[in-house]
This record gives sequence, C-alpha cells and structure tokens, in this order.
Amino acid sequence: MNPVKLGWMHLRISALNELQYRANFFLAAFNALLALATGLIVIGLVYSHTESLNGWSQPELLIVMGVHVFIGGLIRAFVEPNMYQLMQDIEEGTLDYTLTRPADAQLLVSVRATSIWQTVDLAIGLIVVAIGVVQLQTATTVAHVTAFILTILLGVVIIYCVWLMITTAAFKLIRVDNMVQMLQGIYQAGRWPVSIYPLWLRGGLTFIIPLAFAITVPAEALADRLAGSTIALAVAFSAVVMLVTRLIWRWGLANYSGASA
Amino acid sequence: MLALARYYVAAGKLSIQGQIQYRASTYFYLIGFLIEPVVYLVVWRTVAESQGGSIGGYSAEALTAYYIVWTLVRAMNVGFDPNAWGWRIQRGRLNEMLSRPIHPFHRDFAWFGGGKFVWILLWLPMAAGLWIAFRPQISPTLVEGTAFFVAIWLAFAVRFALLWALGMITFWTTRGSAIFEIFIAAELLLSGRLVPLELMPEWTQIIGAWLPFKWTFQFPIEVVIGRLTSGEVLAGLAIQTTWAAALIALIWVIWKPAVSKYTAVGG
Repeated sequence: MNPVKLGWMHLRISALNELQYRANFFLAAFNALLALATGLIVIGLVYSHTESLNGWSQPELLIVMGVHVFIGGLIRAFVEPNMYQLMQDIEEGTLDYTLTRPADAQLLVSVRATSIWQTVDLAIGLIVVAIGVVQLQTATTVAHVTAFILTILLGVVIIYCVWLMITTAAFKLIRVDNMVQMLQGIYQAGRWPVSIYPLWLRGGLTFIIPLAFAITVPAEALADRLAGSTIALAVAFSAVVMLVTRLIWRWGLANYSGASA
Repeated sequence: MLALARYYVAAGKLSIQGQIQYRASTYFYLIGFLIEPVVYLVVWRTVAESQGGSIGGYSAEALTAYYIVWTLVRAMNVGFDPNAWGWRIQRGRLNEMLSRPIHPFHRDFAWFGGGKFVWILLWLPMAAGLWIAFRPQISPTLVEGTAFFVAIWLAFAVRFALLWALGMITFWTTRGSAIFEIFIAAELLLSGRLVPLELMPEWTQIIGAWLPFKWTFQFPIEVVIGRLTSGEVLAGLAIQTTWAAALIALIWVIWKPAVSKYTAVGG
C-alpha cells in the first residue's frame, strides 16, 4: 500500500477518534492562550529593560516565539502521542501487533495516534509569527517566506527524528518516559534564539537536540538574518539525522523481544 | 506522634530506595527541570550585561548565583501535582490509600520528602557543572547556610501543601489541568521563578507579598545569596511556617467533603 495513503488513513482515523472529545478543544485552547499570554509577558518584561537581546529586536523575538509555539503544537499533536504509544507498546510487549502488519513498522508507529486539538497551537503560532513580521522594519519577500517554509519542514523532520531516536532507547532501557520529560524541558530553551546561549549550550542545541535548526533557523529566514549556507547545512543535517534515525530504529527492532507479551 | 514519626522515616527510606533504583530515569527528569533556570540565567545575564553589568540591583554574577541556587530550590519544592491527582482519581488509585488508617497526605509528604535526599545527591554534579560554566558570586555564612537549609524544607512544605490542596479539586472535576496551568502561570510571575521580583513591575511585588508563591522560590534563594537582613530572614521563616500550617489545616478541613465526592472514575 502507498505509504502516504496509509499514513493519511491512520491520521484520519485517530483524528476522528479524538474529535469525539470536544471539551478537549476548549482545554487545549485555554492552555495555549494562557501559555501565549505568559510568553508575551516575559518578552515584554525583557524588552522593558533592554532594546536588544544580543542583537535580536522585540519583533524578531516574537517570530522566534511564534515558531516555537507552532513546532511545539506539531510535536504535541502528532509526534508525542505516537511516541508515548510506542513506549507503552515496548514496555508492555504489545508492539508485536504492529510489527506483524504488512507495512513499514516505522511508518506505522509514527502515525497511529493524534491529539488533534493541540493543533490550536499551530494557528496561534502562525498568528504570532505574522504579528512579528508586520512589526519588523524590513520588507518580507517571497524568498524569505519560501526559505521559512523550507526550513520549517526540515525542522519538523529533524524534531520527529530526535523524538523517535530517544524513544527507540526504550527497546534497550524499557522505561524512558522521563527522557521525554527531559526533551520537553529542553524544548523550552528554543523559545529564545540559540545565539544568546554560551558556546557549549549552543552546540548542544544545534547538533544534539537540534532546536537551532527547528526554531531559530526558520525565524532567521523571516527576519532576514539567514545565510544560504545555513539552509544547505540544514538540508544536509536533516538528511544525516533521517539516516541515523532509520539505522537506530532498525537496531532497536533487532533488540525487541516482546518483554511482556 | 511517635508512630507517625516512625512511619515518616520508613516511608522516606522506601522512597529513597525507589528513587535510587530508577536513578537514570530521575536524572533525565532533573536535567529537563534544570534547563528552565539556565535559560532564565542566560537571558537575564544578557540583559544585565547590555545595561552595563547590573539590573534591578542585581549584578550579572549575583543573577548567576540566584539561578544556580534556584535549581536546588526547584528540585526541593517539587510536589504531587494536580495532574497526578487527576490520574490518581481517574484510575481509582486512591482506593488502596483510603483503606489504610493513615491520611494519604502523610504518605505523599513522606514519599516526596524522602526522595529529596536522592534528588540533592543527583543535583550536586549538575550544580558543579553550572558553577564551572557560569562562575556565580556567592559566599554564604554559616548562619545563612543554616537558615537556607530550614527555608528550603519549609518551601517544600508550603508548595507541597499548596499543590496537594489544589489537586483535591479533582474530586469534583476530573479535568483539573486548566486550574493547574493558571497556578503555574501565576507562580511563574509572582514567585521569583522567572526573575527576581525586584525586576517585575511594582504591583506584582505587592500582590506577590500576599501570596504563598514568593516563599517557595525567591525567599530561600535570597537567604543564601545574602540579600536579606537577619530580621528579614526570621520574619520570612515565620511567614513560611504560617503558610505551611494554614494550607495543611485547609487540607484537613476539605478532606472529608472531598472524599465524600470520590467515585473512582476508572477504578
């Protein structure tokens, strides 16, 4: 079966399942708006004491924040639910049911679950990005928007790969739920451009947990701060991360023994 | 009373053993926690440096000390949050606790209290790393160190009781997470968690003084970084004790009507 068709069908079914619980929408919207208000207060507070944060103006920071909210929404809506499901299946030995199906196991474990209401963050993130762009003093061109879309797509791929690599450790360690807690904590660092961090942390946020590629680089694209070489690096990096993720996934599957099946 | 003390010691020991058993898992959890203050530290240091090296009476080095101590205070004041309460109610996990002759508050308080010893042990190498990376300006006296030790345990008692009381809302509604999010947002802005309250608008400082949040974050930090007089430290410890006593009393008052609402949704 066509992998795209299969993935779409799974996503549709899990989304329809989630759509039954409409109260969750109000909860997700409330949480998203509260997080947005808090984020805006924090940015306002920082810029009440300074005009520039290591060369970043307030509108540019708004764009970073919008991208952070957008990518965070994608993670919570599509990546995390699947990773939690995978962790649970590995721990309980129920991954067998997925592995016996005649389709690629990595694809199946990546499209089984959705928290569709979390997509409210996608809308909020894009609105914040748009407000940041409008407040910018420079003109935003088609090239900027194209680079933004391309780097966002690469960022999504990279973040998915990192989440899957971490989750794959469950094949060996069994309990990795706190690793995901750790990732969620580290993700908060992406709310600020990585260039403000000291070198050692910047390195970690670029190549180990690559929030630089997922959040700062797309924001730089819109703020006219992005060099062409960075886009090339992002493309090359995402290709390497995809390859490594695939290898780690296959290694993980080889270690799976259906512990509690 | 002696029996209760024995229970606390036994439950605390069990918790320590449990946390040591899953130390790698606890470590990951702690790393996720510690990113938050590192982010604040970098942001506010950058702001201070752009303003000539100090902001709101805090030098860049003093801000560094603030956030490094913050990491210990944060590790100390983790409690049983309302989301975990929701899970406990929905899954019917409270049944077993209700069948015991001891109040569940004691079980949770002893469990989390015992776990702090492991958390502090795991925190030490991380604090050393942050110390080397950021070079804070801190040299507490023996009195300040002793007062800090008392203050962080009282901060734990206040925040633990606050979260526990808040979590009891899930007896009435299984969706307590919205209330918890409001709590976290208020705490972030009014406790000194985001930034020392001196850097916030004046009205937040006035509101913050009347709420318990400040006594769980900023106060213990200020005790050890030497920004308070002896009188202020003693007054602060008294306020922490009052908050802890008031919140625990509140829990005891609400408990009976709360349990009468308990239906163990998924039990």
